[in-house]
Amino acid sequence: MRNELCTSLYAKASPVAAVSSLLLQQMKCSRAAGAQELSQELPLSGVKLRQRQPMDYFTQQLINGLVLGSIYGLIAIGYTMVYGIVGMINFAHGDIFMIGGFIALITFLILISIGVTAVPLILLVVLLVAMAITALYGWTVERIAYRPLRHSFRLAPMLSAIGMSFVLTNYSQVAQGARVKPIPPLITGGYTLHESADGFVIQLSNIQILVVITTIVLLLIFNRLVLRTRLGRDMRACEQDQTMAALLGVNVDRTISMTFVIGAALAAVAGLMYLLYYGQVDFNMGFVAGIKAFTAAVLGGIGSLPGAVLGGLAIGLIETFWSAYFSVEYKDVAAFSILIIVLIFMPTGLLGRPEVEKV
Amino acid sequence: MTALSQETVSATRTAAGIPFILKKAFLSALVALVLFSLMIGIRTEAGPDGQLTYWTRFGELASIVGIVFGGSILIELARQWIGPIGAEKLVPPAVHRGMSILGNYLAPALLIFTLLVPVIFYNQRYILDLAILVLTYVMLGWGLNVVVGLAGLLDLGYVAFYAVGAYSYALLATNFGWSFWICLPLAGILAAMWGVMLGFPVLRLRGDYLAIVTLAFGEIIRLVIINWQSLTGGPNGVTGIPRPTLFGIPLDNSDDGLAAKLGIEYSPTHRIVFLFYLILALALLTNWVTIRLRRLPIGRAWEALREDEVACRALGINTTTTKLTAFATGALFGGFAGAFFATRQGFISPESFTFQESALVLAIVVLGGMGSQLGVALAALAMIGGFELFRGLEIYRMLVFGWAMVLIMIWRPRGLIGHRAPTVYLKKAQAISSDLVKEGHG
Repeated sequence: MRNELCTSLYAKASPVAAVSSLLLQQMKCSRAAGAQELSQELPLSGVKLRQRQPMDYFTQQLINGLVLGSIYGLIAIGYTMVYGIVGMINFAHGDIFMIGGFIALITFLILISIGVTAVPLILLVVLLVAMAITALYGWTVERIAYRPLRHSFRLAPMLSAIGMSFVLTNYSQVAQGARVKPIPPLITGGYTLHESADGFVIQLSNIQILVVITTIVLLLIFNRLVLRTRLGRDMRACEQDQTMAALLGVNVDRTISMTFVIGAALAAVAGLMYLLYYGQVDFNMGFVAGIKAFTAAVLGGIGSLPGAVLGGLAIGLIETFWSAYFSVEYKDVAAFSILIIVLIFMPTGLLGRPEVEKV
Repeated sequence: MTALSQETVSATRTAAGIPFILKKAFLSALVALVLFSLMIGIRTEAGPDGQLTYWTRFGELASIVGIVFGGSILIELARQWIGPIGAEKLVPPAVHRGMSILGNYLAPALLIFTLLVPVIFYNQRYILDLAILVLTYVMLGWGLNVVVGLAGLLDLGYVAFYAVGAYSYALLATNFGWSFWICLPLAGILAAMWGVMLGFPVLRLRGDYLAIVTLAFGEIIRLVIINWQSLTGGPNGVTGIPRPTLFGIPLDNSDDGLAAKLGIEYSPTHRIVFLFYLILALALLTNWVTIRLRRLPIGRAWEALREDEVACRALGINTTTTKLTAFATGALFGGFAGAFFATRQGFISPESFTFQESALVLAIVVLGGMGSQLGVALAALAMIGGFELFRGLEIYRMLVFGWAMVLIMIWRPRGLIGHRAPTVYLKKAQAISSDLVKEGHG
């Protein structure tokens, strides 16, 4: 019954995606309710449950929203750092996140096939490999497409970044094929927080806990890095005045490169979390995730790391609640509208500093 | 100054011996090896039962790393022989001057050739269809050129206005049966109104923020079209959009058709030729309006805005109004092009209005040289013609397209084909070209 429902919903929602989704529906439908994707199956089951258990439903959506928001927050850190220092929107950052997801997937596959079974070991190796290789992607993109344009006219880096975004999307399509790549759930199990009389359970799965904790830990580490280390001080110096920083002995090129490397490494973590949480990657996932993460960065205040995560959580919650209570079809419209509204009324974001225009 | 630069050149020459080149190439190859090791060396695919399988492709990996190694050596050698690759080296000044003289004759020659295309290729339906497609993109390029090229506002959601125009015509014509000639101006005006509605709040944002907001707007329009099924038909689109008529005379096989009225034998090509001249007329209208506007105070203000916004404000130009008119003018032409697209296809769906389409039009403007009308036309021809030529290599299309955008930005940021300087400027020798400095510096 449940499987039938899923099939029909997928077919109705998007005929194009239906073929690839059919492959997945078996797996998805059998996933734990807590880890289910915020896709078509969620609000429908919610409609009838909401009337009876509004509070439980709300709590479950809150959990889902926080997890989604953590992933956005991890991507948003990359946007916020780069925009803070170089003053450009790294349009290809969403695709770096996608590449990170793919590398995590392939590493995972190799480890499974050579017979590694210990889950913590697999996770650690996958995390390290994905971070390292994706960071190199970030470095290369900066070196090829942005560094030569450091002193070009103002639209040039943006256009170059759009070009790079197309290159990365198409590269992974050519290299890995256009079909969605599913993996079986690696981390299973979870906790039942509360079970109501009529059977609606609030679940908190292990993977959700992992995603949120990873985000918080990484945020603390990198915030410390920016505030306390030599590299962080160089970054903040470059943010304020690149010429002056260079005169005072800061290697500006190296600092900017490191910013891209860190951003890409965090995007790789986000890619891995996305892979674990949703159980799939595809070559097209970077575009929308990228725009939403950018929205998060703007909402939190460009240049601020805690702001990026805060903005990510806000976007994740808004999107989840919008899907749960209004319409799942318009969840992206809601997210994009927030971007426009925030930029118009609150361009400095929640934790940002006002930008002074200089001649 | 010159002595210094010569010194640095000789210094780099001595430093760049063969070991240096080899070391650099080796490092590039090493980076490539790590980058491609998993993405190209291993290919994953979901099997029929949803189980993921993989196989290795070390041959491809090795050849790509080899190509990077060889390419790196070649680029480094070329850099030593030619010097730093820049616009001046790529196109010598003499050629440039020749081009500009040729350019004076090229535009009329191209126009005459375009007018004659239906005569020359009357029996080749494929070429006529392709020509109509190219002209549609020429028109879109010229429309976006007002926004990006003249006013310097990066609009990543131009396709939204194209969609508004197309859906306006499609819905008005299918629901109320209004004729193309009433709907065409309406489609343009509706698109322009959307342009004003979007532009009014967001135009005080600076460059990149504006770009991302227009992108979001384009996506919102597309998502609304997909999801508002009762009005737009959702992903299925609108079908049965009426064909255009020659001011009320249909171009079909019936007794009131144009062929019957003129007493000539009916042929389906008549309609294609009519569509060709229709889009040509629309495109030329766009071009004419743009050229006229450029000479009006508002056009001068656009160009000034592109060069330096802060100076504009200091001189008392109302930047919001100026930006808004540029936005609305661009949207108007986008709406016209959309209405034409709908009537030509007879069927529209949201798939035609994705971000890729926006980026393609933007790439045409960038490639053509922002602000240059002839450049944009040539870029549209090269781009759409190129896509047709390499139809078999469809999957590599966006890869090449993306690289082209990156490389053009690095080598010739103001456009590969043309470059339009401001129409008026003070005749004073500049210390450094504005191409080479960041906004507000130099």
